[in-house]
Amino acid sequence: MTYEAGTYDVAVIGAGHAGIEAALAAARLGCHTAVFTINMDAVGNCPCNPSIGGTAKGHLVRELDALGGEMGKTADACFLQSRMLNRGKGPAVHSLRAQIDRRQYAEVMKHKLELQDNLDLRQAEITAIRPDGDGYALTTRMLAVYHCKTVIIATGTYLGGRIYVGEVSYESGPDGIFPATALGASLKDLGLPLRRFKTGTPARVLRRSIDFTDLEVQKGDEPPEPFSYETESLGDNKVDCHISWTNDATKQVILENIHRSPLYAGQIEGVGPRYCPSFEDKIMRFKDKPRHQLFIEPCGENTEEMYLQGMSSSLPEEVQLQFYRTIKGLEHCVIMRPAYAIEYDCVDPTAMRPTLEFKTYPNLFGAGQFNGSSGYEEAAAQGFVAGVNAAHKVLGREPFVLPRDSSYIGTLVDDLVTKGANEPYRMMTSRSEYRLVLRQDNADERLTPIGYQLGLISEERYRRFLHKQEQKQLEIKRLKATVVAPTEEVNAILVSRETSPISTGVRLIELLRRPQLDYEALTAIDTTRPPLSRRMMEQVQTEIKYEGYIQKQLRQVEQARRLEGKRLPTNFDYRAIQGLRLEAQEKLNKIQPLNIGQASRISGVSPADISVLLIWLAANKEKP
Amino acid sequence: MTHNDTIAAISTAQGEGGIGVIRVSGTDAAAIADRVFHHIHHKKLTDMKGYTAAYGEIVFEGEKLDEAVALVFRAPHSYTGEDVVELSCHGGVYITQQVLRAVLNAGARPAEAGEFTKRAFLNGKLDLTEAESVMDIIAAKSRSAARSAMSVRDGALRRKMTAVKDALLAQTAHLAAWADYPEEDIADVSVEEIIATCAQAEATLQRLLETYDAGQAVKQGIDTVIAGRPNVGKSTLMNLLSGYEKSIVTDIPGTTRDVVEDTVLVGDVILRLSDTAGLRDTDDAVEQIGVDRARKRLQQCGLLLAVFDNSRSLDSEDMALLALAKEVPTVAIVNKTDLAPRLDVERIRQSVGTVVSISAVSGEGREEVVRAVERIAGTANLNPSEGILSNERQRGNVYHALQSVREARAAAEMGMTFDAITVSLEDAISELLEMTGEKTGEEVLDRVFHNFCVGK
Repeated sequence: MTYEAGTYDVAVIGAGHAGIEAALAAARLGCHTAVFTINMDAVGNCPCNPSIGGTAKGHLVRELDALGGEMGKTADACFLQSRMLNRGKGPAVHSLRAQIDRRQYAEVMKHKLELQDNLDLRQAEITAIRPDGDGYALTTRMLAVYHCKTVIIATGTYLGGRIYVGEVSYESGPDGIFPATALGASLKDLGLPLRRFKTGTPARVLRRSIDFTDLEVQKGDEPPEPFSYETESLGDNKVDCHISWTNDATKQVILENIHRSPLYAGQIEGVGPRYCPSFEDKIMRFKDKPRHQLFIEPCGENTEEMYLQGMSSSLPEEVQLQFYRTIKGLEHCVIMRPAYAIEYDCVDPTAMRPTLEFKTYPNLFGAGQFNGSSGYEEAAAQGFVAGVNAAHKVLGREPFVLPRDSSYIGTLVDDLVTKGANEPYRMMTSRSEYRLVLRQDNADERLTPIGYQLGLISEERYRRFLHKQEQKQLEIKRLKATVVAPTEEVNAILVSRETSPISTGVRLIELLRRPQLDYEALTAIDTTRPPLSRRMMEQVQTEIKYEGYIQKQLRQVEQARRLEGKRLPTNFDYRAIQGLRLEAQEKLNKIQPLNIGQASRISGVSPADISVLLIWLAANKEKP
Repeated sequence: MTHNDTIAAISTAQGEGGIGVIRVSGTDAAAIADRVFHHIHHKKLTDMKGYTAAYGEIVFEGEKLDEAVALVFRAPHSYTGEDVVELSCHGGVYITQQVLRAVLNAGARPAEAGEFTKRAFLNGKLDLTEAESVMDIIAAKSRSAARSAMSVRDGALRRKMTAVKDALLAQTAHLAAWADYPEEDIADVSVEEIIATCAQAEATLQRLLETYDAGQAVKQGIDTVIAGRPNVGKSTLMNLLSGYEKSIVTDIPGTTRDVVEDTVLVGDVILRLSDTAGLRDTDDAVEQIGVDRARKRLQQCGLLLAVFDNSRSLDSEDMALLALAKEVPTVAIVNKTDLAPRLDVERIRQSVGTVVSISAVSGEGREEVVRAVERIAGTANLNPSEGILSNERQRGNVYHALQSVREARAAAEMGMTFDAITVSLEDAISELLEMTGEKTGEEVLDRVFHNFCVGK
């Protein structure tokens, strides 16, 4: 017997990284919000790597923070070690990555949800969803029925989850938590295009069983940099990571046992990511590679569990132990949790609008791994977008869509809903055509005004942001106005940096433009420099050095914006437009792009089709 | 391709009129025109108001091409409703095409068929009823674009383009893997490696551009006019080249009254020959028509075979021909070497770089003519099996790809970080993909996953 349990403006199914950001955003925007989790101890769980950020993912975290998301602040609060990756490879690809205490992270996030006004955190498995007026009715395992104006599905790997370890396979969510087995059927009844994806995780081994003596140590940056623009400083790094290598013996174990891999034996039908293969995949696909690198990372401050990055596997437990023990440092390792592959249900994201709302089911949204992505950060970013949009629907506000040129978040969502995902989608800097504009150092500049407009950035933070922007403009003005005289001292510095000396007065900005020079090199001759934070110096320096490229990309941005500004109708049958090729009609009907810009990114829509669309748009605008 | 970029095309019908107009339309029309049009008083077109004109010269690769008048129109008061610059030059197919090329190199994209009209329509400049016909034009255009792309899919050109594209993709994928997977043991990318990749791509692209004109000459032929004063032996030369009697040959001046055409293969080059009436002024009205036609034809040809009589000294008509010869690629042919020389050959050499002597009657010197033509057409060193660009659109793509590769190399040599270099390499790749009709998308990422072992 079901019972009526209440009503909500926004209900979020799942309290992982996507669900958390969705629920917090919706509640903070004033919506009466519920977030349902299958297990109260799984809120904000990090079932894979004990780290946040990394290439392009670090960008996502910074962007989320600039908009008013929570991931960055929580990661800062639980950080163990922080490193800026790719220093020396150029500002576009600098990415922050932090090792975190995963238990602490989950605890902090859960507490934030508990403390949030307008938000109810409930342990409940949602077993059914059915349309209910303009909204949806959710039924729980305990037969409670909630009536919700909007619903966000953020089921992660729990939906129809099945774990594989060699010949052993059983229904399960991650970390031994039970899966969502009933909801999938309900979603299929709605007609949502579900499919199976797979991912995997390496074993956790006991720290005391590892011999670190001959392993390369990887230390954090000093001083470590926080993700959040609100975190003043992090204090010291707390842990080291270590690096080891596989060898021929490792490879032999894999080759001898590959037939016992469920992937190679054909048991797993789910599509796994090419970029995150299990170790046996790496061996089979790159047979000539003599050795593979792995990182040994602590899972927390108060645990002896160590994560073996790079060593994910779905081979039988005893084979795992056998091949791990061929690796230097791991000769006597003890496995605490075995590696496993997990297969789960997710949806074809082209069924959604750029608001992450289903085209055929208004007020129903999806976010995170359910949408075919991979990674905590990708999930959190989508959760935020879905949460804001669900709230906006309830509040009668405009859709919240970030264009590609604004952010990696916008790029992520656009890629998912326009191109779809044939494998779990991971963010990479290569996915953005505007890399030099979308840097992690200027995320606040790009997005804090938007976060403020949304109402998710406080007055106080916004004022601080404006002040910082003002400081930056003053500094650039100063660099343009300050002339450096060609003294012996100046030229000695220039020559020591292997750049040509000057014979007339040169503006400071021109010196900074030289690839060989930076703020630090000019300290002695830059006598009027005000106190500047390290972040500020890096940002100013980048903008000056890469000005030509940045300008070029900004011009491309402007061109793209004009196309994004040409809006297309919703729920339109493109077969009505003669002159479009058949393939284009079909694709446009499926994707239902918001504007010409999005239409032009759909594979199978040619430039000529776009011309036809433009003319059709213009012709129909004229009609009364 | 975007729909707000700046496009250009010759807007006067080719082969007609004494003036050639190159129309440039789009946001950057004035800025692009400024790169090729040098105002006589150094004024910038970008600073000029709409409905104004300026006089100056067109400069291409450091050389003056022609004098021209630039008309500036400002959005929305122009045919297309965008900023428009019209460059009116002296005309002639050769000059007009050179001016267009200068504009394209300066950053414009060749306009597709019907594109000016399309823009005019989109900017509310045309009547609604015209929409249908514009769509028809675009549909036809997309077919021709597809054909153009198809033509790259076979043979030597495809192999060449694929090699360049693959090299750039491999380099970019390596850069991407190296940047996106810092924690994998991916080999470092060296500056030397990038410079070498760029240099190799540059060489191939450069060679394709150099052979483009020659390739056109081989494929489509060159409009060639044989000119000279009456009875200098033009018709005999034409017969010599075509190998059979075509024009009416007599010793009475003015026998050839009309433009007579024939297509002949001279060495590797197809010449579409026209024999013309002489350039002398005449009182005969019918003959004068022929003379005018000849002059027009001559201004617009791709190759001029200017014939001079070895046995007579230069007269005013010869001098008029020499003056015209400066405007078009020319071979000066001194005929009647069998007769006593009275011609000032040195004077001819002052105006025309290539001078050969023949006796059209005896057939002596034909080989020299063939070699001179091949040299001028650029086909002397051309091996058609090495792959040749087949149209202006392809040439544009290759040109811009080359610019981007050069930019990448310059950045590498300057010590710029690799993220900046990658931007230029990606620009080059997208030009090449556009040329072969492939859509830019996941190529680089596909390579990353294929070539590099990356994972967590």
